[in-house]
Amino acid sequence: MTSTQARPDAPVAGGSRAQAVPERASGRTAGDTAVTAGSHAVLIIWSLLVIVPLLWVIMSSFKTSSEIFASPFGLPERLRFDNYVNAWTTAGIGSFFLNSVIVVFGALVVTMLFGSMSAYVLARFQFPGNRFIYYLMLAGLTFPIFLAIVPLFFVLRGVGLLNTLPGLILVYAAFAFPFTVFFLYSFFRSLSKSIAEAAALDGAGEWRTFFSVMLPMARPGLATVAILNFVGLWNQFLLPVALNTNTDNYVLTQGMAAFASQAGYSVDFGALFAAVVITVVPVLVVYLVFQRQLQGSVSQGTNK
Amino acid sequence: MTAVGPVAPVEGAAAGVGLRHGLRQLGSPRWRKRNLTFDRISFFAVFLVVPLAAYIAFVVSPFVQAAYFSLTSWTGFSADIPFVGLSNYTKLLDDDIFLKAVGNSVVLALVLPTVTLVLAMFFATLVTVGGSSRGNVRGLAGSSFYRIVSFFPYVVPAIVIGLIWSQIYDPNSGLLNGILTKVGLDQFQSFAWLGEVGTAKLAVMFVIVWGLVGFYLVLFIAAIKGIPAEVFEAARVDGAGRFRSTISITIPLVRDNIQTAYIYMGILALDAFVYMAALEPGGGPENSTLVISQRLFTTAFTQGQFGYACAMGVVLAVITLAYAGLVFLVIRLTGGRDEVAE
Repeated sequence: MTSTQARPDAPVAGGSRAQAVPERASGRTAGDTAVTAGSHAVLIIWSLLVIVPLLWVIMSSFKTSSEIFASPFGLPERLRFDNYVNAWTTAGIGSFFLNSVIVVFGALVVTMLFGSMSAYVLARFQFPGNRFIYYLMLAGLTFPIFLAIVPLFFVLRGVGLLNTLPGLILVYAAFAFPFTVFFLYSFFRSLSKSIAEAAALDGAGEWRTFFSVMLPMARPGLATVAILNFVGLWNQFLLPVALNTNTDNYVLTQGMAAFASQAGYSVDFGALFAAVVITVVPVLVVYLVFQRQLQGSVSQGTNK
Repeated sequence: MTAVGPVAPVEGAAAGVGLRHGLRQLGSPRWRKRNLTFDRISFFAVFLVVPLAAYIAFVVSPFVQAAYFSLTSWTGFSADIPFVGLSNYTKLLDDDIFLKAVGNSVVLALVLPTVTLVLAMFFATLVTVGGSSRGNVRGLAGSSFYRIVSFFPYVVPAIVIGLIWSQIYDPNSGLLNGILTKVGLDQFQSFAWLGEVGTAKLAVMFVIVWGLVGFYLVLFIAAIKGIPAEVFEAARVDGAGRFRSTISITIPLVRDNIQTAYIYMGILALDAFVYMAALEPGGGPENSTLVISQRLFTTAFTQGQFGYACAMGVVLAVITLAYAGLVFLVIRLTGGRDEVAE
C-alpha cells in the first residue's frame, strides 16, 4: 500500500486508487492508469492540433478555388495537380526555391569555414583582445537584427551588393557567424590540447594542424552547428525582405509571402496551398529521415 | 607551395589537402612561442582578421551606426544627415501608434514565453517521466511519436506557419469556422478571428505557441534525460508523486535550460515580425496586433524615415536587454531557494 500513499497528489486519483489492478507483475493501480490515460489524451490532442492543419493544407492543395470556397471539408473532386503546376511556374516558387538553395548553402559554407577557424583561434590562443572579441560575438547574438537593419541596407548599397544574391549570402553568413563561433568555441576548448601539441611536434604548421587534425576531430560539433544554421537561414525572413527586393532574386520565404499577398487579389488559393505543400514537404521528409540527429542538435546547441 | 596559404578559405577542404604536403617545413615545434613565420601570420590573418573584419562591417558597425542615426532626421537619400539630438526619442513618446506597438510587444514578451514553456515543460515531463509510477522511472508508451510530431512545426518556416493559419482562420473557407459550425456553433459562421479586436491578438499568439512548443519540448526532454534516474527514484521512495517530482526535482534541475529558453523565446516574441507579416500585415484591427518590429519596418522602408526608425530600433534593443536582465534576475532570485543535488 505504500505505493498509493506515495502519490498523494496524483491528479486524477479517486477513491479507487487503492485497488490494485492485477494485470501486470508491476502492479498498476487504477489511479495510475487514469493518470496515464489522461497524459495520453493531452498529448494526442496536441498531436492532432499539429497534424490536422497540415493534412488540411495537403487536401486543399488539390481543390479548385470554387471547391475551397464551397466547404473547408469537402474532398477534391479528383486528384489534380494543376495547382502545383501553377505554383511552381506561374507563381515562381520553383525559382524562389532555387534562390533559397543557392543563398543558404553559399552562406552555410562561408560561415562554417570562417566560423570554425575563428572559434579555433579564439579557443586555443591567448592574445590581447581575445576576451573582447568573444564579447563582440555575444553582442551580435543578443541585439535584435531590427536595430541593424536600416544601416545594413545602406552598407550593402554602399558596396553595391544590395538586391544581389552574393550580398545576401554575405549578410546571412555574417549574422550566422557569432552563433557558429560561440558554439564551436566551447567545442574546440573541450578538445584535448595535447593533440595539437603533438601535431606541432611532428612538424605540422598552424594551417595543417587545423585542417588535418583539429577540424576532423570537431566533426560532430560541426554537424550540429551546420544543421542549426541551415534551419535558421532557410527560415530567415527579415533580411531578404529588407535587403533583397528584386523579384527575380526572391528567396522562398519572401516569395511565399509575396505570393500570398497577391493571392488576396487574384484569389488562387489552390495554388497557395500547393506552394505551401511544396515548401513544407521536402523539409518534412528530410526531417523524418534525420529527426534523431536534428533533435540531438537542438538540444546540444541550446543546452550549453 | 606557400601561396596555397591565403587561398585556402576560398577553396575550403580542397586547399586543406594541398596544405598537407605544402607546409611540412614551415611549422615550428615550439608553437607556443611567438615566432612570426609566414605560416603563423597567414594563419592569423585568414582565420581571425578577415572573418572578424567582415563581421564588424556587416554586423557590429550597423548596430553602432543605428545608435548614431537615431539622433538624426536622416531620410536616407540626401547626402547631409541633419543631427537632431534626442528629438526622435521625445517624438516617440508622443507617437500613439508606436506606444501601442510597444504595449503589444511587451504583452507578447510576457505571455508567449510563459505559455509556450509551461506547455513544453508539461509535455516534456509526461513524455520522459510520466509513465507508470511503479517500476522504473520511464516515459509514456509511444513517447517518441509525440516527440516527433510536436517537433514538426519547427521545420516549417515561420512565414509558412503564418500563411497556413491565416487560411485556417479565414472567416468563410477556413478550417476553424468550418469545425465550429459543424459542431453547431453557428455564431462562428463567418467570424473573422484575425479581424476582431477581441480575438486578433489571441489568435496570433496561439499560432506562435503552436509553432514553437515542439522546439522547447525537445530541448526540455534532453535536459530531463540528463538528470540521473536515481534522483527520481529516490524522490519516489521518499513519497513524492509525479506532480511533486516535477515541481521539486525536474524544474530546479533544469533551471539553466529554462533560463536559456526564456531568453530565446522572449527575444523571439519581441521580434514576432515574420508571424505578423503573414497573419496581420496591416497591424490588425485598430492596431491591436501591431508590434515594434512591424512599425519600424514600415517607418524605414515605406516612409523613408530612417533616423526615426533607428530610434525605434534602439528602443527595441533596450527592451530586449531589459527583458534578458529581468529573466536573469528572476531566475537568480528564485534559484537559491531549492537547491537539489547540485
